Amino acid sequence: MGDAKKASRGDLLYDFAIHAILVVIALGTLYPLLYIVSASLSDPLSIVKGELWLLPKHATLSAYEKVFHNSDILTGYRNSLLYLVVGTSINIVLTTMGAYALSRNDFRGRYVLVLIFTFTLLFNGGLVPTYLVYKNMLGLYDNLWVMVIPGAVSVWNMIIMRTYFQTSIPYELQEAAFIDGCSNIRTLTSVVLPLSMPIIAVMTMYYGVSHWNSYFTALIYLDDHWRMPLQMVIRSILIREDTGSMTGGDGESLVEQQLLVEGMKYAVIVVASIPMLLLYPLVQRHFVKGVMMGAVKG
Amino acid sequence: MLPRSVRKNWDLYLLVLPVVVYFLLIKYLPMYGIQIAFKDFSVSKGIWGSDWVGMKHFIRFFHNYQFWTLIRNTVEISFFQILVGFPMPILFALLVNEARGKWFKKSVQSIAFMPHFLSTVVLVGMVMAFLSPSTGLVNQLIRLFGGEPVYFMTEPGMFKPIYILSDIWQNMGFSSVLYIAVLSGIDKHLYEAAMIDGANKLQRLVHIAIPCLVPTAVIMFIFQFGTIMDIGFEKIYLMQNDLNRSSSSVISTYVYEMGLLGSQFSFSAAVGLFNSVINLVLILTVNQLAKRAGGTSLW
Repeated sequence: MGDAKKASRGDLLYDFAIHAILVVIALGTLYPLLYIVSASLSDPLSIVKGELWLLPKHATLSAYEKVFHNSDILTGYRNSLLYLVVGTSINIVLTTMGAYALSRNDFRGRYVLVLIFTFTLLFNGGLVPTYLVYKNMLGLYDNLWVMVIPGAVSVWNMIIMRTYFQTSIPYELQEAAFIDGCSNIRTLTSVVLPLSMPIIAVMTMYYGVSHWNSYFTALIYLDDHWRMPLQMVIRSILIREDTGSMTGGDGESLVEQQLLVEGMKYAVIVVASIPMLLLYPLVQRHFVKGVMMGAVKG
Repeated sequence: MLPRSVRKNWDLYLLVLPVVVYFLLIKYLPMYGIQIAFKDFSVSKGIWGSDWVGMKHFIRFFHNYQFWTLIRNTVEISFFQILVGFPMPILFALLVNEARGKWFKKSVQSIAFMPHFLSTVVLVGMVMAFLSPSTGLVNQLIRLFGGEPVYFMTEPGMFKPIYILSDIWQNMGFSSVLYIAVLSGIDKHLYEAAMIDGANKLQRLVHIAIPCLVPTAVIMFIFQFGTIMDIGFEKIYLMQNDLNRSSSSVISTYVYEMGLLGSQFSFSAAVGLFNSVINLVLILTVNQLAKRAGGTSLW
């Protein structure tokens, strides 16, 4: 009797510790994000003076006004949306096509293909040979297609999707479709795909986030200023601090301009990150299942 | 005559054809360009027509005064990232698994995932804003307690800790998903049996939850260890400046500088190839060792 009581007291302490640590982790994660949002809504002067700790000081939307009137940011936003939509569509179509063929046990040659595909995870041409081949042989330099083609299929994602087709869609359903005279392609589009929305949602998220967040391809292959994705534009604001063109210079003093940029930085971060932060809750339901697929050995 | 299964499934080949073409053109054709590592590439002669020079560029790299700095930085960053970063998602997953209340668990998880969705540019931008010597929050705190502002981004000794800690902040939650999924798959009867035997919560954690995570953790560990020389370009390049270069130069940034900014195509291709070969050997070796030691491996 006494023992059981002691154990439960220990468990109580244990429970308290677990929850306390998790609350600390959650707050530690959240604080920088909240600070950014607050700073984006504050008077830049109060940020510089160090008056801002959590809630906005002298709240104002002027930073957002500046951001939404900046032609570089708007163009970048539009370009990134274009690359996101076109790129992710290509990703989903190609990944599905490859994954479905590989999922079929009666598809001859699939082992060889898996080998050919996965080898590229272990070894690749490397930056410079790839650059030269893309530029001189494939004509991808400063070509819009470079933003969507080189990353068109991710081997990991294709394997995850193949595993999903194999384990989550009963093969009997597909056999029934064959007996009804459906071709493989017809079976894919009318039997398999309608049952695959969870994995397609997860794939859309993975691919979408990587398109929206990448700057590397644009850094290396794009030259034309007006084709730059958002990440390249905000890189010059946040990191290289090329702020000359940002403020427009309509008669403000240097100090005023610096202040404006200081405030704008935070608004830029918020504006650039919101679309992806909204994406996750949309696919959250399907997410754990998609991850479990990845856990199965490829 | 083609085998029956091929004739019957001709449209599967049609489906996979664009994917195969993609891999050949986008992934395998660049490997054809690797030969310039053994040549003196000239734009006018092209990849095929340039003259062979054997191992010249490799030897030049091995004798380069930066060689050991690059190797050391590359290995150190990866090593400390594994040392500090690898256990974090596992600990977080165990904590979440032990917590009670569906709503509480879900909120903590969702919050921990959020930073993963920020881009590298935004993350580095945030780091720089928080650490700015004049306006950054961290230095304002330091000043509040009477200290002198620290120039974090230009201090070589700070580069690696900043890189690793910001990575943990960004990815700990998201990397834990896999472990959380494994933990939630544990048979409830195991816990019930342990409770009947009088095990308290801590004992159940140590004897049930942790052993169940080991196989997954081993695979993840192999993979991370196999990629120790394969360090990403994007974040380091953004955090790099002239003052912290002694601890921020890694092979991938060096290849970029020499090759694409400096147009030393053959030399930088050789450096890149050297790195790729090491990566390949490392991951194959680590995988083989793990297979022999415990029967867990990537393939």
